[in-house]
Amino acid sequence: MEHSPPPFFKRGPTPLVRLLLCVLLSVALLIADARYRYLDGIRQVVSVVVYPLQRLAGTPRVMLDAVGDFFVTHASLRAENARRAAQSLQDAVVLKKYAALAAENAHLRDLLAARQRHGESTVFAEVLYTARDPFTRKVVIDKGQQQGIKAGQPVLDQIGIIGQVTRVYPWLAEITLITDKEQAVPVQNLRNGLRAVIGGTANNGQLELKFIPLNADFQNGDQLVTSGIDGVYPPGLPVAEVSNVERNAAFLFARITCKPLAGVASHGQVLVLNWDNKSPERPAEEVKPARTRKPRRGG
Amino acid sequence: MQARELTLHEILLPVKGGFIVFTFIAALLTNLLPWSGWWLAIKPDFVALVVLYWCIQQPRKVGFTSAWLLGLVMDVAEGSLFGQHALAYSVLAFGGIVLHRRVLMFSMRDQVLHVIVLLLLNDVMVLAIRMLSGAGFPGLQYFIGSLTAAALWPALTFLFKLPQRPQPDPDRV
Repeated sequence: MEHSPPPFFKRGPTPLVRLLLCVLLSVALLIADARYRYLDGIRQVVSVVVYPLQRLAGTPRVMLDAVGDFFVTHASLRAENARRAAQSLQDAVVLKKYAALAAENAHLRDLLAARQRHGESTVFAEVLYTARDPFTRKVVIDKGQQQGIKAGQPVLDQIGIIGQVTRVYPWLAEITLITDKEQAVPVQNLRNGLRAVIGGTANNGQLELKFIPLNADFQNGDQLVTSGIDGVYPPGLPVAEVSNVERNAAFLFARITCKPLAGVASHGQVLVLNWDNKSPERPAEEVKPARTRKPRRGG
Repeated sequence: MQARELTLHEILLPVKGGFIVFTFIAALLTNLLPWSGWWLAIKPDFVALVVLYWCIQQPRKVGFTSAWLLGLVMDVAEGSLFGQHALAYSVLAFGGIVLHRRVLMFSMRDQVLHVIVLLLLNDVMVLAIRMLSGAGFPGLQYFIGSLTAAALWPALTFLFKLPQRPQPDPDRV
């Protein structure tokens, strides 16, 4: 084909026409996806095609890790072992207390006839890669629909919340990190119980409390945990620490920046929490008695 | 001057379709590697670079259809808006196809200058779509990837032309 002259007559549409066609198609897709979310089906199909590539791209790191593990020295293993023994001793004491507290708590809840908190199960997952998209903070993990992951589940590491599952593919899932600009988590100040909503900012790795009045009692170093009132995140999980409070009377709200506690950008392994929240249905809105309205004339 | 004339008018074997597909898959794979830190900051979009290369070198074999489909694949892999990369790559393919006769007449350094402009155009398209859908400006370092991609152009040209060079016949001196 390369050494034959280009055809004289059968040339098809000009590049400009083809470009316009492609642009029209893409814009139609963009609108259908951004406005109406019609295309999740197509996304699933294409994701099955891309899946082997995504796994293959992850293998070099897996192999490097395996090689690294093999060459761990005897001394570092012994040190690690000793450290873990000490840690487990400390943990045992805490756990004893925890068992007693859990029993006491269950008893108190029984007394109050409060509903028991439901059991939680977790799915362990590994981060495959970070999305290259510089506008959002998302990572892709190696568990999906087949492992029972559903959109909306919270994702944690050993310290606290790192994000939420936003899209599920057959064998992969996409997590939006709490530092994403569009992600919001309802939190509570551990010191005084004040509730607020925390969200990402344009700066990477920084969170901000939104719509906090100037006189609200937030200080540097305050620990923020999930409040659980949204029914998405279970209550009491660490989220962030207040790092800077800026009160300027010229603005309506205080500017409170926070640092995430969990290793939001630096984790390799995460836990997806399967938390079946059985919160009561939102009460139906009261039907207001319809005002009698005079029919418009001519209408 | 002599050497340049020689490289410009080198007689090459026809390119195989399988090789083009292979380069596309390799580019996708490189894009999906777990990049982090500094590498992520300067990482070029390999798929865009390879699409542009083939649109300039083989505009009759690689064109809008492949560019658009690869864009869709990138959109799914990155979880971005559906059609965002497809649109940007189509514009890139258009630039490559319209300019292919001109770009190939220049020396390698001037080709790189053409490539920078086309790749930046690609970035601007993506940026425009994202800002229309409500994202903030990610800063000027967003464009660094295109500069590294353009810097890779000479190496890419050399590599991709290797299978097209005629093998010297061992029976002749």
